Amino acid sequence: MDETAPILEVERLTRRYPGVVAVDGVDFSLRPGEVHALLGENGAGKSTFIKMLGGAVRPNEGTIRINGSAVDFRSPAEALAAGIAIIYQELVLCPHLSVAENVLMGHLPRTGGVAVDWPAARRRVAALLARLGVSLPLDTPVRRLSTAQQQLVEIAKALSRDSRILVLDEPSAALGQRDLEHLFQVITHLKAQGVAIVYISHRLEEVFSIADRVTVLKDGKLVGSWPIEMVTMPRLVRAMTGRDLGVTSTAVEDATSPVRLEVRGLGRHGAFSDISITLRAGEIVGIAGLVGSGRTELLRAIFGADHPDSGEIVVDGVTVRFRSPAQALRRGLGLLPEDRKTQGLLLDRALRENVTLASLRRFTRFGILRPEREERAVRGLMAELQIAARGPGQPVATLSGGNQQKVVLARWLARQCGILLFDEPTRGVDVGAKEEIYRLIQALAADGAAVLVVSSELKELFAICPRILVMREGRIAGEFAGAARREEDVVDAMLMGGRSNASPAIAAG
Amino acid sequence: MRLPQSLPVERAAGGRERRLDVRDILTRYGTFIALVLLVVVAASLSPRFLSPVNLMNVFRQVAIVGVLGIGMTFVILTAGIDLSVGAALALSAVLLAGTLQSTGNMVLAMLAALLAGMAVGLANGIGVTVGRVQPFVMTLGMLGIARSIAFLYTGGEPIPVLDMRFLNLGIGYVWRIPIPGIIFVVMLIVAAFVLRYTPFGRMVYAVGSNEEAARLSGIEVGRVKTAVYMISGLTAAVSAIMYCSQFASAPAIAGEGYELDAIAAVVVGGTSLFGGQGGVIGTFLGALIIGILSNILNLTGVSPFAQPLAKGALIILAVWIVGRGHRG
Repeated sequence: MDETAPILEVERLTRRYPGVVAVDGVDFSLRPGEVHALLGENGAGKSTFIKMLGGAVRPNEGTIRINGSAVDFRSPAEALAAGIAIIYQELVLCPHLSVAENVLMGHLPRTGGVAVDWPAARRRVAALLARLGVSLPLDTPVRRLSTAQQQLVEIAKALSRDSRILVLDEPSAALGQRDLEHLFQVITHLKAQGVAIVYISHRLEEVFSIADRVTVLKDGKLVGSWPIEMVTMPRLVRAMTGRDLGVTSTAVEDATSPVRLEVRGLGRHGAFSDISITLRAGEIVGIAGLVGSGRTELLRAIFGADHPDSGEIVVDGVTVRFRSPAQALRRGLGLLPEDRKTQGLLLDRALRENVTLASLRRFTRFGILRPEREERAVRGLMAELQIAARGPGQPVATLSGGNQQKVVLARWLARQCGILLFDEPTRGVDVGAKEEIYRLIQALAADGAAVLVVSSELKELFAICPRILVMREGRIAGEFAGAARREEDVVDAMLMGGRSNASPAIAAG
Repeated sequence: MRLPQSLPVERAAGGRERRLDVRDILTRYGTFIALVLLVVVAASLSPRFLSPVNLMNVFRQVAIVGVLGIGMTFVILTAGIDLSVGAALALSAVLLAGTLQSTGNMVLAMLAALLAGMAVGLANGIGVTVGRVQPFVMTLGMLGIARSIAFLYTGGEPIPVLDMRFLNLGIGYVWRIPIPGIIFVVMLIVAAFVLRYTPFGRMVYAVGSNEEAARLSGIEVGRVKTAVYMISGLTAAVSAIMYCSQFASAPAIAGEGYELDAIAAVVVGGTSLFGGQGGVIGTFLGALIIGILSNILNLTGVSPFAQPLAKGALIILAVWIVGRGHRG
């Protein structure tokens, strides 16, 4: 297979956004009949990369060659015409139309150029499905199909356009084990027919069972590309999460400082179960784990954004049951959400309004806002966090990713929260801003705040968290504290679970 | 009329914003410029337009829909819509007239109207928040319900309003300014103040701009939404008071179609139907633009059949211009 000429070659592909380089000079190649896995944590640049392949985003630099000739897609339609089909995680089918109509969307066969030739359409779709080695009811509206079946419809749709390159964006995210095996059979079928497949997933076991080659991206850059036989799981995890440890802080928490937050046996169906965590004032505890391990869901449940169905949460010695984030706020909790654009920011509103949103009462007298007080506080926070903006009136949509993230941080500083839950505090943030955010989190803890940090970057967790919990499949799979913690152990726990170097405080729940 | 001569050029830092383009001017001052142009055109078309009597009449006529537009602005800022305001006006009006007829107590009658309006708003708010019914559907249903109750209450006959003290509210003047116009402006100032200088106002914009972010920032989104529908009901009731006192009658068909005029005033005023952008000053200008347009069409003797055409074209044009500025 190594002899075959590549069907797709990508050289030095680059895409910049204000304040961040999403994809930075990435090389990539794909041969016919090959399954090439693309790995990387959230924000590594995978989705921007495949959007460029699919014509949804145009690169700033670099070239894409198909069968040796350079292409420059200006729209997804052009990419499709060139034989690249992308199957996004969010399927784009018409739920009320039948399987056959969806598969042949836009090019249904016609008799005499007018009426749809239904018998011909059904024959063609049946043939396509046979190529995939599957059978689906042709006349059923796709909304009645399972997610796995809908995915097959998408794949059949791609084949109906004679796509030779198929990009599957986390196809397994919504699939159970049996559906997954079925999907693998389909992929094997396609391979045999010479279709080249880019397979994106967070689940490493899958990559080892289906991929021929694997490429890892991190922070928009290519980390490496290897035949699958050449790599091991721990090596891939380290490639994805970064191995070079910066300044680590290993000071174990002062066991005498008061417990601010205690989570006992917390569970939420389908997300996580039996989680117990103790968080003291001045402590920064990290939560590591691969995407889908339940980290984000845990933080949301603690904050009252979702409702846990078992266990309890104790804040400052009082058992609480938050029905909304507003109640959590009143107890001194703050959450920096995973996705600042959809969950954090009022994009079209001014920086000022974004910063003071959670602490408006501080700036009122007799229920009326005092603009000069607010202005002073916002300017103070802008200086403290070094937010680069024209002024408090600038709409946050026009700020860079790092500055936007600082705006959300500033919101919780303005609120003076004592218990902070940070979900991916440096995602999509440039390196300089990252370090400022680390320093800020450490300063908050030094001032007595209790901080829980979820991160996909081990480097980050090792740099700021003396104690690291590992989540795997919704459970705590290990706890590592102090100078003795090793990255290899954390990686092992993320993958296999069940190891600790600390006293088993986690068993206390 | 004074055109804003010095535009805020200094807000440039990156250089790109420094060349102030037409689009930016249109976005910021489009509604105001449109109003000025319309006044100039109106004045040149009819000498009677600028007469104080005519201008005060326009002001009086604009007040009813303008007040509805104030409440509507709050709702639309949260990315909602309230189709029930015309019907809420009718329900408030017939209850007001009925109470006035049976008790003769003007204060009690107005109180009844305000309570009715707020009850309609509360029902809308609960439907939208607790029931999670889409605002369009909830308020469309409430439109039917409220108007039907008004019909059942009156039995189809308009209730006459004869109390002279009360009628003075609609037709009287203070310092030569029609009282409805004064009520409109006072409510406008209060609304503008609330939106700008209270936490509640900030929350209204936050909910419309990004509901999930607002919720995660500790804002009780449900309460904010319920409150805006109640404000809309309240302004409908105030409009009902103006209506009864101007027309000396409360028919169950009162305010039919006013919800669309109110929405038109809001969107012509530059408030985005997607929420989070705009304000009541824009709505004030929007209501004036629509009022002046009808006035000039009347003064110049344009067929009443052609008037909705002109209004419709104006609405589309205004929103198109503002939309180009926002999206481009």
